[in-house]
Amino acid sequence: MSTVTEASTSPRGEGRAPAGEHPRKRASSAINLAQLVAALPMAARKLDPRLMWRNPVMFIVEVGAALTTLLAIVEPFLGGPARSGGGDVPASFTVGIAFWLWLTVIFANLAEAVAEGRGKAQADSLRQTRTSTIANLVAGYDEAADAAAERATVSAVSSADLTLGDTVIVTAGELVPGDGDIVWGIASIDESAITGESAPVVRESGGDRSAVTGGTRVLSDRIVVRITSKPGETFVDRMIALVEGASRQKTPNELALNILLASLSIVFLVVTLTLNPIAGYSAAAVSLPVLVALLVCLIPTTIGALLSAIGIAGMDRLVQRNVLAMSGRAVEAAGDVTILLLDKTGTITYGNRQAREFTPLAGVDRGELINAAALSSLSDPTPEGKSIVDLAIETGFGNPGILDAVVVPFTAQTRMSGIDLPDGSFVRKGAGSAVLAWVSETTNVESTILDDLNATVERISELGGTPLVVAEGSAAGNTADNSADLGPGARRILGVVYLKDIVKEGIAERFAELRSMGIRTIMVTGDNPLTAKTIAAEAGVDDFLAEATPEDKLALIRREQEGGNLVAMTGDGTNDAPALAQADVGVAMNTGTSAAKEAGNMVDLDSDPTKLIDIVRIGKQLLITRGALTTFSIANDIAKYFAIIPAMFAGVFPGLAVLNVMQLHSPASAILSAIIFNAIIIVVLIPLALRGVTYRPAAAASVLSRNLLIYGLGGVIAPFLGIKLVDLFVALLPGF
Amino acid sequence: MDLWFAVLQALTLALVLALIYRPLGDYMAAFYQSSRDNRVERGFYRLVGVNPRSQQTWQSYLRSVLAFSLIGVLFVYVIQRAQAVLPYSLGFPAIPSGLSFNTAVSFVTNTNWQSYSPDVTMGYSVQMLGLAVQNFVSAAVGIAVAIALVRGFAQRRTGTIGNFWVDLTRGVLRLLLPVAILAALVLLAGGVIQNLTGFTDVTTITGATQSIPGGPVASQEAIKMFGTNGGGFFNANSAHPFENPTAWTSMFQIVLMLAIPFSLPRTFGTIVGDKRQGYAILGAMAAIFVVSLTALTLFELGGAGTAPLAAGGAMEGKEQRFGIIGSAIFGTASTLTSTGAVNSMHDSFTALGGLMPMLNMMLGEVAPGGTGSGLYGMLILAVITVFIAGLLVGRTPEYLGKKIGPREIKIASLYILVTPTLVLAGTALSFAIPAVRADVEGTSIWNPGLHGLSEVLYAFTSAANNNGSAFAGLTANTPWFNTALGVAMLLGRFLPIVLVLALAGALSAQDTVPATRGTLPTHRMQFVGLLVGVTVIITALTYFPVLALGPLAEGLQ
Repeated sequence: MSTVTEASTSPRGEGRAPAGEHPRKRASSAINLAQLVAALPMAARKLDPRLMWRNPVMFIVEVGAALTTLLAIVEPFLGGPARSGGGDVPASFTVGIAFWLWLTVIFANLAEAVAEGRGKAQADSLRQTRTSTIANLVAGYDEAADAAAERATVSAVSSADLTLGDTVIVTAGELVPGDGDIVWGIASIDESAITGESAPVVRESGGDRSAVTGGTRVLSDRIVVRITSKPGETFVDRMIALVEGASRQKTPNELALNILLASLSIVFLVVTLTLNPIAGYSAAAVSLPVLVALLVCLIPTTIGALLSAIGIAGMDRLVQRNVLAMSGRAVEAAGDVTILLLDKTGTITYGNRQAREFTPLAGVDRGELINAAALSSLSDPTPEGKSIVDLAIETGFGNPGILDAVVVPFTAQTRMSGIDLPDGSFVRKGAGSAVLAWVSETTNVESTILDDLNATVERISELGGTPLVVAEGSAAGNTADNSADLGPGARRILGVVYLKDIVKEGIAERFAELRSMGIRTIMVTGDNPLTAKTIAAEAGVDDFLAEATPEDKLALIRREQEGGNLVAMTGDGTNDAPALAQADVGVAMNTGTSAAKEAGNMVDLDSDPTKLIDIVRIGKQLLITRGALTTFSIANDIAKYFAIIPAMFAGVFPGLAVLNVMQLHSPASAILSAIIFNAIIIVVLIPLALRGVTYRPAAAASVLSRNLLIYGLGGVIAPFLGIKLVDLFVALLPGF
Repeated sequence: MDLWFAVLQALTLALVLALIYRPLGDYMAAFYQSSRDNRVERGFYRLVGVNPRSQQTWQSYLRSVLAFSLIGVLFVYVIQRAQAVLPYSLGFPAIPSGLSFNTAVSFVTNTNWQSYSPDVTMGYSVQMLGLAVQNFVSAAVGIAVAIALVRGFAQRRTGTIGNFWVDLTRGVLRLLLPVAILAALVLLAGGVIQNLTGFTDVTTITGATQSIPGGPVASQEAIKMFGTNGGGFFNANSAHPFENPTAWTSMFQIVLMLAIPFSLPRTFGTIVGDKRQGYAILGAMAAIFVVSLTALTLFELGGAGTAPLAAGGAMEGKEQRFGIIGSAIFGTASTLTSTGAVNSMHDSFTALGGLMPMLNMMLGEVAPGGTGSGLYGMLILAVITVFIAGLLVGRTPEYLGKKIGPREIKIASLYILVTPTLVLAGTALSFAIPAVRADVEGTSIWNPGLHGLSEVLYAFTSAANNNGSAFAGLTANTPWFNTALGVAMLLGRFLPIVLVLALAGALSAQDTVPATRGTLPTHRMQFVGLLVGVTVIITALTYFPVLALGPLAEGLQ
């Protein structure tokens, strides 16, 4: 493949957006009235008790609503509403309570429906890409004899009939019929249907950029693709299921919160059920609608109503940033991450390192080094390779044009690339240790040369640059002209190319931010330790893994996890797959291989590794939103008690009026106002639930203080004001 | 003037407890974690066939706790039923079955609720062989369970939580017995009686004949307080001059009942390897204690009405030798721990003052709570607090490096459900079943109306929280109360223990997550404040309606 010294990463093209900026954003997260109205029919459908049962808190409200409705219907025939707590109740009281209880349930369903609706819109546009196309199925594909499938029999089948292992031909203008890997050819592909990015991307066989996604359009050339997904389980299918929330499972934290809320609901159910026998002895029994009102006010309806919307919206926020999480669990785990493994190239430094200088070893002609370095880079498409050629031309290298040479691509194992010339001689460039090992295979490297090399490598490393060692070898048996001083089969080191790394602007601040959130960043690079150290210091990462192989990366993740850490990483190559699978949060780049996408639990459609930081933020925001609304919901109960308790027994214990601190108009208006507030607060908080609470990275203690102040104290005060305000209007109703 | 006296007494108490905190806490941490047995212990282990080095899973630990307690209940029941044939029974007959059941449960559960008047019911054999033994072992069981939970936090991926038989034996032999002996000597010096002479008839100066009871009081009294038991030798409990003769013995008894509960946070901090965590728990306990004590003192000092005005304070039901302040401190300490001993009659407190002991128990007795039960109750609340706070900072909540997930929350949620359900259901059933209501209204309730409700509510609150103190007006020796309160005591003791041990097992099986800056610190004032807040709000929300129908309505009239 491509890179020169990076072990486990591939370059990700030029002109990357600066950290923190997003190339594209979908619909803004604010909701409007139209969205609410559009979601109403869905909200009504969700009233089905079989569906409501899954949300115990709201199920209780629905049962209460049904009960009070029944009472409201029966009451006129029984001579008006029953007396409650030793006082009379206005005739329209039960109807009012029933009406607002139904609204409470509808509002809760509305929140969920709006959240799901947004996913639906996304799913619909995805679904269009799934419309079946005609695929050119190759019968009996023979990779060895006929890689381009030019002589094979081709039959036209529907893309829906393709299964795992089929081979198809896709030519310019056609849609790719299914997910797969290119086995032959190179093509430019329009992936905008999936990523929203209109610029075409290049995909080619072999290496880490061979994956194609069904539904994308081939713009040029002809490729042979091996299908890697079963029908109905394609990437797009999974995306649709995810954004629609069909495959949504409760995450551990959501589950735990649900249990706590259910338990609180049970406590309040016990409180309500035991109230009348006790009141019947020391005071006077309260009527059923009042009891239902008390129960609904006490159980945590606000969070109960918004809980699932918060979860769906969290996934949606990721989708808006072009990240697809394969499960809600992964999003939540992102909030818990304590270690970020970041690849140096493309994430911490700009992908395009520039060649700055050629340093020949003692006894080597400078021109010889330049010539060899440039030759080995001619077929190297990476920015590094190009910059070496450019620098060589500047210093007088004449481009020989296309050579009939064999290009030896870079691999993570050899950590070298180069070229085998027609005359049988070789040129190699790569990491110092790798090149040295290659030379040592046939030739004994003298210690003076070794010292010279080490000194040069060290000098460049200390500057934070990447030293690229260039070596040549002659063909076994005959001596090439340009390396007359080499014996047959001998190899020698020519010198070092200094590649300069440029650390992204503002990246150090982002790492400081992460550190304040308690997240350590570890830079992973194929560079030697000295270079890595210099760049690590410049970028402000906490630690680095130098000369990393995929195995090292996997071992590092395992080690950190042993210590109880949660690790997040990005990756795209097939050799990243084990590490991606091992990491708690593995974000695969969309440009990566199918294996990588399969192994990770998130896919970044923009293939922007810095996005890992946003993912962590969204994960935290999701949890904080849940916590904030839970705190708010429970804190609200205090004001509701002060509204309802004095009202319930005002008839028997006038002394309790001291507790009526809000000076509510009448007992009936107090209870109805509390119920109305309880319903309205859900609608008011829907935007917050969908948007998520604001999260500023800081140490846990200060985040807690801030959120407690806003949602805890705010949750105590807001309902006092809100209920009083509602009461001013309710007091105008006849009979209240 | 009175206020300054109160502050001075409270400060003295705080100073003494502060001096005890480190040595006692560290001592408990050391001997519960030690791997050495003394000769007496080795003999005992050989006798019961236990390998003291074997570690138990939570299920196995629980089975041991339940088996041991069941044997305790049966033994105390049988010995009461056989009282007539036992020596030193002062001629008292066998105790009826209902009362025997209630009393057996009461002492095994560390409640020490007394539906009877001990002076005229229990002979010395039952007192010493039955009740006093349970005073020791029920306290040791409580501490053992708390230590098991602490081990759950401290251990990594073991799944075991210690050995119940070792914890029980060491608790009795290395802590309760030695201190109780010393304390008994101190009380003896203070004037508490210790004899086996039975009743002595004397002629008073007015010429009437009075029967003066004797008994082995000092030895019972020491463990009654130190093990937060609270079951009095006499009906008047610590208000009786033979149990609690002077102001300073009263203060000494207060120190005894607070010593273990207030020192256990230190043990906790030491075992989990972060003493600051212990201080945080202590801080939450102390904060609630101080506020509660202040409230009760102010309510009682400010008692309105004719009688309090004439007496210069709400002196009804209080002993002159202790005064309002001595009574307020004792009452607060007794109901914030699971002791339930009284040196004044809570029934006679001012209406809002009477609310305080009830509220103290409703908090779940966690500030500082009973021996062991206080610490584990507070740790459960800390788990809930950590969960809410953890969500608020955007992390899967962790406490001491242990993740608080669905399993842990399920256990903690069930825990906080238990006592409110028992209290409210018990109280409601007393009025909901017509036959029972007739009996309760006809026989048990002394003051009908609001105060009558308070009496019943107090009884169930006391039983379900294993406190044992009573609003004196209630006649509880009836089939309904003996049974219902007995069940409330049993479930109120053992359901939480089941849950605590389950939590200990779950935590012990977990690995520990290292703390980062993103982890919520649980040793700062912020967390202490939040923990107190969660404790108070959960209690307030649960009990506000029923309190409004009883003491609150009474106080606001």
